[in-house]
Amino acid sequence: MQPLQLGSPNQQVFSDTLLAMAEESRNLLVVTSDSRGSGRLVAFGKRLPDQIVEVGIAEQNLVGVAAGLAAAGKCVYAVSPACFLTARSLEQIKNDVAYSDHPVKLIGISAGVSYGALGTTHHSLHDFAVLQAINNIDIVAPADNFETRRCAGVRHAPQTTYIRLGKKAMHRLHTPDTPFAIGRAIPVRQGSDVAFLATGETVETAVQAADALAERGVSAAVLSIHSIRPFDEEAVLKMAKQVQAIVTVEEHSVLGGLGSRVASLLLQAGVTPRLRIVGIPDEYTWTGSQQDILNTMASRRRVGGDGGRLA
Amino acid sequence: MAIPMLNSELEHKSIQYRKTILTSIAHAGAGHTGGSLSCVDILNVLYNQVMNVDAGNPSWPQRDRYIHSKGHSVEALYTVLADKGFFPAEMLATMGRSGSHWVGHPTRKVPGVEQNTGALGHGLSVAVGMAIAAKQDGLPSRVFTLMGDGELSEGSIWEASMSASYYKLDNLVVIIDRNTLQITGRTESVMAQEPLAARFEAFGYAVRTVDGNDIAALLDVFAQAPFAAGKPSLIIARTTKGKGVSFIEDAVDWHHHVPTSAELAIALDELAQAEQRVQDSYATSTTR
Repeated sequence: MQPLQLGSPNQQVFSDTLLAMAEESRNLLVVTSDSRGSGRLVAFGKRLPDQIVEVGIAEQNLVGVAAGLAAAGKCVYAVSPACFLTARSLEQIKNDVAYSDHPVKLIGISAGVSYGALGTTHHSLHDFAVLQAINNIDIVAPADNFETRRCAGVRHAPQTTYIRLGKKAMHRLHTPDTPFAIGRAIPVRQGSDVAFLATGETVETAVQAADALAERGVSAAVLSIHSIRPFDEEAVLKMAKQVQAIVTVEEHSVLGGLGSRVASLLLQAGVTPRLRIVGIPDEYTWTGSQQDILNTMASRRRVGGDGGRLA
Repeated sequence: MAIPMLNSELEHKSIQYRKTILTSIAHAGAGHTGGSLSCVDILNVLYNQVMNVDAGNPSWPQRDRYIHSKGHSVEALYTVLADKGFFPAEMLATMGRSGSHWVGHPTRKVPGVEQNTGALGHGLSVAVGMAIAAKQDGLPSRVFTLMGDGELSEGSIWEASMSASYYKLDNLVVIIDRNTLQITGRTESVMAQEPLAARFEAFGYAVRTVDGNDIAALLDVFAQAPFAAGKPSLIIARTTKGKGVSFIEDAVDWHHHVPTSAELAIALDELAQAEQRVQDSYATSTTR
């Protein structure tokens, strides 16, 4: 296998794409809560100051204002750290945006444990869980720069969409001509023994694990499940029938995220390969960098042939 | 623009609205009686004389917007929207019924409703977003939102207020239904709201106080908005919860008490007498 090539942080790619789209459409607005640094939107703010609406450190107002702008016909991206956006302003997401059916794009930046040593206050391990329980909102976590660019382009989608981004540089997983559609999982590796179903930044880790397994004679498939909703049930069921074991991987609590979704689907469909849910265990958060946390938490669950580390 | 109406016509409408509110709540077996009766004069004046809305073209981009932030007094909003022709009045009889969109708090599934509300403290932020958009697009649209006084304990209102003045939204008019009661009791004993005007002035609003159950006073204050260039306007509408029915007025127990058939009959009789008084005074004024 060729080593993966390192690209840019998904947040950077997202903001670059946003700027390019905004330069073509004055109707596109970004709403921020003192979050342009983390969101890599400083350049956007300097270039298009009239297309950025700052609300200060006020995440509830961020989402409410975004709903009002969208109601008035604006194409709105509300950008804020995922930890605050999906907790502090959850009621605004539920009522002002999703229930009221406004097509706001909610951009959760520095998601999962991206903020590492800043601690639990800054981690979002709950966002898939809470948003899945709210009707009428798509939930998307792009894996690499390619998926991120394609996600950013959902501006004309009539749905409310939550897009979950991380801050570290990501490896390239796809070619530019890879088919992409919200709700359709992307096969990254083919395999027949075991399948990794991964989402967001953990897809590249799953690919690395699959490649390590291949060297040991284990055939491992990888699916990038960038859409938690709409969920590609067909692709997951098809994969589950082909392999002996499924490993789900996510930078999210093991409760209420991708793993729970897959388990629910497979059990109800009567398709029961061996299943391992890898994510952040339900325990007090480990302290350290993003990588420290992932290594430590994942060591609680063996996921591949690399000594049990997630990454 | 709205066709000018005589004050007596508007007063007559308010009485009709109160009858419809009470009848609908009694029929549904649920509703927010006191708050609906306190705010209905405000809605009457807004929809019949102040706002530019068109029931035949409810999504007209240049329309004025109204957001019912207090949410729970939805029966007043449904009644006025039905009267304006946004939907047939028969739909009011479906309130609270299985599958009906006429639920206990407003949703956009009901024609004329701009935003789903009901969780308190949400409407103002959405109104701010709409007002910013109207300014950006150079539209004449104004945005009105009605908040309850108990609602003002929600912190999100103060986040939204900061942004309303920061963005100099003089196309935004905020109305407080200041009936001084919330579900537990007097606002000042549950969580004090005074000094109300000073608080909002400190957040950058131009503030006026008015009798919120007085049609002429409401017409006058809305005609003055915006009260200051570059500032959002805020109207403290002093109202009586349960206004118009003697035994419901200023009674904390009537927050969401449903009238019995006997209570409804007495209430409708009181309102019929009030209607007669309006007609008599109208006849006197026109013959003079």
